[in-house]
Amino acid sequence: MVSKAVETPNAGFDFSNYARNEFFGQRLQGIPKATSTGTTIVGVIFGGGDSGEEPGVCLGADTRATGGPIVADKNCEKIHYLTPQIRCCGAGTAADTEFVTNLISSNLELHALSQGRPARVVTAMTMLKQYLFRYQGHVGAHLVLGGVDVTGPQLFTVHAHGSTDKLPYVTMGSGSLAAMAVFESSFKENMKREEAIALVSRAIRSGIFNDLGSGSNVDVAVITKNGTENLRNYEMPNERGLKSRNYKFRRGTTAWTKESIRSLIVSEEIKSTSGAGKDQGGVEVVPVPTGAGAGGEEGMEIDS
Amino acid sequence: MANINSVDISRLKNGEVNLGTSIMAVQFNGGVVIGADSRTTTGAYIANRVTDKLTHIHDRIYCCRSGSAADTQAVADVVHQHAQVYTSVYGAPPTVSTAAALFEKMCYDNKDQLSAGIIVAGWDKEAGGSVYNIPLGGGMFQQPWAIGGSGSTYVYGYCDATYREGWNEQETVEFVKNTLALAMSRDGSSGGCIRMCVITKDKVERHFIPGNELPRFWEGKEIIGSVGGNGQQIGVVA
Repeated sequence: MVSKAVETPNAGFDFSNYARNEFFGQRLQGIPKATSTGTTIVGVIFGGGDSGEEPGVCLGADTRATGGPIVADKNCEKIHYLTPQIRCCGAGTAADTEFVTNLISSNLELHALSQGRPARVVTAMTMLKQYLFRYQGHVGAHLVLGGVDVTGPQLFTVHAHGSTDKLPYVTMGSGSLAAMAVFESSFKENMKREEAIALVSRAIRSGIFNDLGSGSNVDVAVITKNGTENLRNYEMPNERGLKSRNYKFRRGTTAWTKESIRSLIVSEEIKSTSGAGKDQGGVEVVPVPTGAGAGGEEGMEIDS
Repeated sequence: MANINSVDISRLKNGEVNLGTSIMAVQFNGGVVIGADSRTTTGAYIANRVTDKLTHIHDRIYCCRSGSAADTQAVADVVHQHAQVYTSVYGAPPTVSTAAALFEKMCYDNKDQLSAGIIVAGWDKEAGGSVYNIPLGGGMFQQPWAIGGSGSTYVYGYCDATYREGWNEQETVEFVKNTLALAMSRDGSSGGCIRMCVITKDKVERHFIPGNELPRFWEGKEIIGSVGGNGQQIGVVA
């Protein structure tokens, strides 16, 4: 008998080892985990009403990335750029949040170009939810999406399975409970910009100090119709303190009987035998002109 | 892959957002009243306490969503798109039964992938107000009233005992409000506020009942400490 024809390779994700891995997972008490941003991310809408403040969105994030119990990055960036007026905080699998926001950012730029106007936040939200729903939660991106468009300030959460919520204040990630406790007790409608920034950084700090998965610094982004202000490392409550003592031995602590000094620098002599490095007979060497032509203005030095 | 059958896919995926829900739709002469609680959960955490589970499909057609938030939002979005295309092609809005048939097809064809229990309700020229229930397997049942979600199991008896034909709008709204309040008080995965929507030929009118203004029924009474009053309060039986 002739054996079966060669199977065509599958495109995209391959789930054929899923059942096997689940089986191993049960045997080994847990499947190894990818680097995840054990995270606190938040967002609030502020301004508007009779506050006299420009309506806008304030987003916040901590800066710790973890791989299991290890802190993989002490100062990573979790507030991702989508468009000039739309930002997205990411929690979950670090690689997935990075790639999904990059992809949607590209598609939003193309969308804005083809429509001849800036993309709305709902457009970003719909693109994200449809992409994430297609992968049924296997793309582990949990997002807080915020921005300002023609319809005003907008704030959403997007879960990895593709569900979305629209709320005036939101939190996500492992520190979401700690942060939500701050919001639930202190959120007000129509806050001033400074109030909103203070509330957001307090919520993130609550995540940093009370959630093991979150830590290090507070990043904040403020979006109004006038533009986006990135406040990277807005607060740094975990700076490494100075050591009160040092443990270096004083010079001359150890006695010696003999001293010898030799050079550790290896010197090499290179001799070209062929090719471009060798003098080419009959070719005139023209020096590079200076002080004329594009980029050659007065004052620019070129190696002679 | 012979062993794939051993993997249980009927449950919610790990960490998925769930609409542990109480939803309801009731027909009356001239329209429908639909209602839902406002709780969305991920495990024990309430991810959204003011959710709107009454989802717009067309001008006079809404649906109530229960089950996975992601699945039901995706299905509702697709049917919403179909309804818009339908209106452009035929120059008239789809009937409620057409919208329900679209939901049924989506839910039946993808029954292995979805956990979605949906009630479709609305008003159209042909039938007036009508209610279609589309439970988990993707069946479609037209009913004068329908309840759904985890909280509905607690109130079937109440609905059977209370419902009467020929109610007006106000009586129907009261029925929906009371039924949902009872379901929410017994079901831990339901709660928050009540959102309702009255759909008739002339209007789509929303009602909102905050969590501290829900209808209240008998909630037990203090057995020890309510009598005597000698300060010997040992415990309270609610």
